[in-house]
Amino acid sequence: MQTVMLKLVTIIGETVLAEQLSDELKSLGAKGFTATEVRGEGSRHLRAGDIPGHNVKIETIVSPAVASSILEHVVQKYFSHYAVIAYVTDVSVVRGEKYV
Amino acid sequence: MAWTEVLTTNLLSPLTLCFALGVLVRRVRSEFALPKEMYQGIAIYLLFALGLKGGVELSHASFANIAKPALATLLLGCITPLTTYFVLRRLGRFSTSDAAGIAAHYGSVSAVTYIAANNFVTSMGISLEGFMPTLLALMETPGIQIALAIGAFQAAEKGRSFRSVLHEILTGRTMVLLVGGLLIGAFMDAKYWDDIKGFYDTKGSIFRGALCLFLLEMGVVAGDRLGDLKKVGAFLLAFGMIVPLIHGLLGVSLGVLAGLSVGGCTVLGTMAASASYIAAPPAVRITLPEANPTYSLTCALAITFPFNIVAGIPLYYQCARYLAGA
Repeated sequence: MQTVMLKLVTIIGETVLAEQLSDELKSLGAKGFTATEVRGEGSRHLRAGDIPGHNVKIETIVSPAVASSILEHVVQKYFSHYAVIAYVTDVSVVRGEKYV
Repeated sequence: MAWTEVLTTNLLSPLTLCFALGVLVRRVRSEFALPKEMYQGIAIYLLFALGLKGGVELSHASFANIAKPALATLLLGCITPLTTYFVLRRLGRFSTSDAAGIAAHYGSVSAVTYIAANNFVTSMGISLEGFMPTLLALMETPGIQIALAIGAFQAAEKGRSFRSVLHEILTGRTMVLLVGGLLIGAFMDAKYWDDIKGFYDTKGSIFRGALCLFLLEMGVVAGDRLGDLKKVGAFLLAFGMIVPLIHGLLGVSLGVLAGLSVGGCTVLGTMAASASYIAAPPAVRITLPEANPTYSLTCALAITFPFNIVAGIPLYYQCARYLAGA
């Protein structure tokens, strides 16, 4: 089957950020996203208990250009004060036109 | 009733004991916790029942009766974040963001502490004004707003627009259920109250039983935070008990001036003394990102909440009795 190479951007962070992050992803060019409740602990030692509720994992499949602008945005706006991580992986998808 | 007797009665109430069990459960590292959905379900039930019952009572109250207490409540909602902020800035040397973040928690009100005070007053066998839940709803918003405004203004950094924070508070769970319940209670045909009273009566055994389970989980949550007490230091530890006392006394005094009964003054004092840990944390986290959530949450949950439940409420009651000359 014909597949297209695209980027999967994953952002894991504090649940309070979920709504504004997903709005920002869309305005940066993402066509959609998937958000999941997750649990874990990182270098800031902020866990679910710090603010009641879990962490959120937001995933979106986008073009390489959109992926780098999303990463740049997340680094600039959130990295200094919030418990957030973000990474990009390559994915091959069917119906590539859905995502760009 | 003597002061020690009041305190003992409160200590041996199922609410305080359930809370203590919750704390103990965490300290012995038990896996136990109320399922999240159940905890949220009980919270929804408690808030909605509070609103409904308050609404039914509100429909019997006249504007003249409620005007002064409402004014006193709004005044308290404006004063408490300011005193908190200045104490933390001047005496505690906290950063503007941290001070404003904590002030937002202390300016707002903890619904569970309110319910516990309500419960305490009725178990003492004294009555209180039926419109108290309306006052609870009134105090929820201004405190958070004022503190966030100071924080954002002082830090001269724009996090998120105040409109969206206001939207979040006004459409949050507490407000929707409490104010929604108040409206339904106030406008529904009085004859229907009898149909649902058994389930929603805040003096009934279902409500009080559910409250016990809720307090058990609150104990677990507070017990989780006890380890953080070392991180917040001696100043905040003292702050978490002294500031509620000052706010509580102020609330009781304003209640007396507004003409509330001893029961009403006790509950108003408790409202002023309590610190929110449901509505305030997300609003603060978004608007004041530099504020350390460990400070505000540990203070509100692990210090002020247990302090009010165990000693604060009976103290405010004694003050109210003394000031009202009863």
